[in-house]
Amino acid sequence: MKYEAPLEKYPVNIREAVLGKGEKAIKIGGENTFPFHFFEGSLPDPPGLALEVLDIQPENWSHWVLEPFQDVVSEPVKWAKRCVDVFGAEILCLRLLSTDPMGKDASPKQAAVIAKKVADAIDVPLIVWGTGTEEKDSRVLTEVARLCSGKNLLLGPVLKGNYEEIAQIALEHGHAIVAQASMDVNLTKELNIALCKFFPPEKIVLDTTSSALGYGLEYTFSIIENVKQIGLINRDNMMQMPILADFGGECWRSKEAKESKEQGILWEAITGITFLLAGANLLILRHPDTLKLIKEMISEKK
Amino acid sequence: MALKGAEIMKRLPKTNCKECGYATCFAFAMKLATGGAKLEDCPYLAPEVKAELEAAMAPPIKLVTIGVDENALVIGEEEVMFRHEKTFFHEPGIAILISDKESDSDIEKKIKDIKEFHFERIGKELKINLLALSFESGDKTKFETLVKKAYETTDFALILICNNIDVLFSAAALCADRKPLVYPITKENIDLAIPKLKELRTPAGVKGESIEEIVSLTSTLKEAGLEEIVLDPGSKNVREGIRDQTFIRRAALKKGFRPLGYPTITFPCFMYQDKFKEALAAAAFITKYAGIIVISPADKHFLFPLLVHRFNIYTDPRRPMTVEENVYEISEPNEYSPILISTNYALDFFIVSGAIEEANIPAYLCIKDTGGIGVMAAWTSGKFNGEAIADFFKKYGIENKVKHRKLIIPGVAKKLKDELEEELPDWEIIFGPIEGSDIPKFLSKEWKK
Repeated sequence: MKYEAPLEKYPVNIREAVLGKGEKAIKIGGENTFPFHFFEGSLPDPPGLALEVLDIQPENWSHWVLEPFQDVVSEPVKWAKRCVDVFGAEILCLRLLSTDPMGKDASPKQAAVIAKKVADAIDVPLIVWGTGTEEKDSRVLTEVARLCSGKNLLLGPVLKGNYEEIAQIALEHGHAIVAQASMDVNLTKELNIALCKFFPPEKIVLDTTSSALGYGLEYTFSIIENVKQIGLINRDNMMQMPILADFGGECWRSKEAKESKEQGILWEAITGITFLLAGANLLILRHPDTLKLIKEMISEKK
Repeated sequence: MALKGAEIMKRLPKTNCKECGYATCFAFAMKLATGGAKLEDCPYLAPEVKAELEAAMAPPIKLVTIGVDENALVIGEEEVMFRHEKTFFHEPGIAILISDKESDSDIEKKIKDIKEFHFERIGKELKINLLALSFESGDKTKFETLVKKAYETTDFALILICNNIDVLFSAAALCADRKPLVYPITKENIDLAIPKLKELRTPAGVKGESIEEIVSLTSTLKEAGLEEIVLDPGSKNVREGIRDQTFIRRAALKKGFRPLGYPTITFPCFMYQDKFKEALAAAAFITKYAGIIVISPADKHFLFPLLVHRFNIYTDPRRPMTVEENVYEISEPNEYSPILISTNYALDFFIVSGAIEEANIPAYLCIKDTGGIGVMAAWTSGKFNGEAIADFFKKYGIENKVKHRKLIIPGVAKKLKDELEEELPDWEIIFGPIEGSDIPKFLSKEWKK
């Protein structure tokens, strides 16, 4: 039996989602094969790498992950610009933690003002993330969507309990959404079917909920792999949206990441590379060194 | 399984004699195909037919052992491309590279450091499996000294990396009873290597500049009766490595292509100078099918994340991970500290115990054995209801540990509160947050004292 390279070709593509507007708009997804399988298919869009900023002062961040932003963490706009101008983030994620009902409980209007300031200050695509509290997020993201109309933000997390309101408003104001389901392939598909009844699938990015290295990484890895394959191999068009992995915060909260800068960076970077290998099309990171490291690894040519 | 029942049937006597314990040869053939019966059960198979069937039914990826006894590394016999299809079976070996170019004292220090590493996670030891000893000095004596040192002062399984075939095998002879992996066996040296491999019966690391080259090498070795083989397709970086590892595994599993049916070895240590990139490459190969990953010496902050990563990827998705039932004391609680209770599903344990630590509030974390299932499922099946928890309280004497009578239960377990108020009337039952990650906020707000 002679050896023939066992190539596999799939006839469908993951949809391409466009984030942001203008020169610095970014496309993610679009592939018709597995991650890094350039030898048997096409992957037109490199994975998107985002850095995150909070709209409140970080609490309990270890020294190593605070250090790059120490002097700007009380000002979201400055912090955002630091990420983009100094650390080269091509996507930014703004966490509206001020709106947490168990915390500051800021109003949707207050939060939207911050979001608009940040959106106006940077030219890269902006992800705006709530707190995962369904009712509050619905009101907050609605205000954000209105005030930032036309900017093509990526709004999340959109959940089973609030997708109708948020998706509707996103549609009206030209934004994309992150559909989040918790670690379950069936729940992911159910939410997508419900959304696609009225919302364009190419403006959906999936979040299957990520867990850090040592804290459930393998669950996330297998779910992302599975979702990707259901889209590519089983050709299920309700599972052909690009996927994001959001884990920077969880990695840096772990006691392992706090032991040393090297271990912290690796905790985040190893988690990230694992999810890229599963099929994630966008990573939300916290430390700029992690971003730099992953970017260099994925950019290497043959 | 490489062979289907119908295929096996063709080679059976077809007499339906029933001496194998099955009514017909066809039934026996189907059982053989699923591994439910043994070829030996049929007394009428001709030896050549038995041998042929054995070879055809063998696992698609050979099981290979490097080293001996409790530090032996066993790799191969993988069955799937994706762990969610079933599981990955044999954790890859992590090898640390030591060059004979270094001074004796540096070598001694490195070996000592590696021996002293101790890593564990939820009670399981995470091991460095091998030392990879590299001939770079050009001096045969120096290499042999290194090999002797590793052999005599450690129990690690060994990989000998030497591009001079004579030096390679004379060094192998020094540690032969530990079954070292000898590397590289290439098209240039295979003819010289074969008699030596037959003599030593030690596993061979085959290296090619391409997969095609490896195919011809393994076929030659197999014809010589040598099947303890590990493959190196010569990948130069992660991208090539992913391609090559994928091709080899696909060929073995999906095409039944025997010449590639062996575990593989990868060398991030030779691919990257930068330690961080090397670590990421190692993680990529752990994820993508490698049987052995050889890395440069590094401190524990580089090794630990990789060992945890390997542990995670090679966890069997079919079995939930558990921790032991116990009353865990976090940050030295006293009789006024809060008490929380949860299940012994490892993930929940991690999240909850980690959150309590993060909160910096000493606490008792009661972990009840629920067979590894989470709160809601455990409550439904009676493993985490009022009665079960009351029994736990009695068993572990919780009343004696604290002066207060407040118990914090997982916020998702809505019906548990009423049940516990009945079973433990002296106790105030408090709902904790729904998300484990909200515990720090919850404790600092809700727990006075």
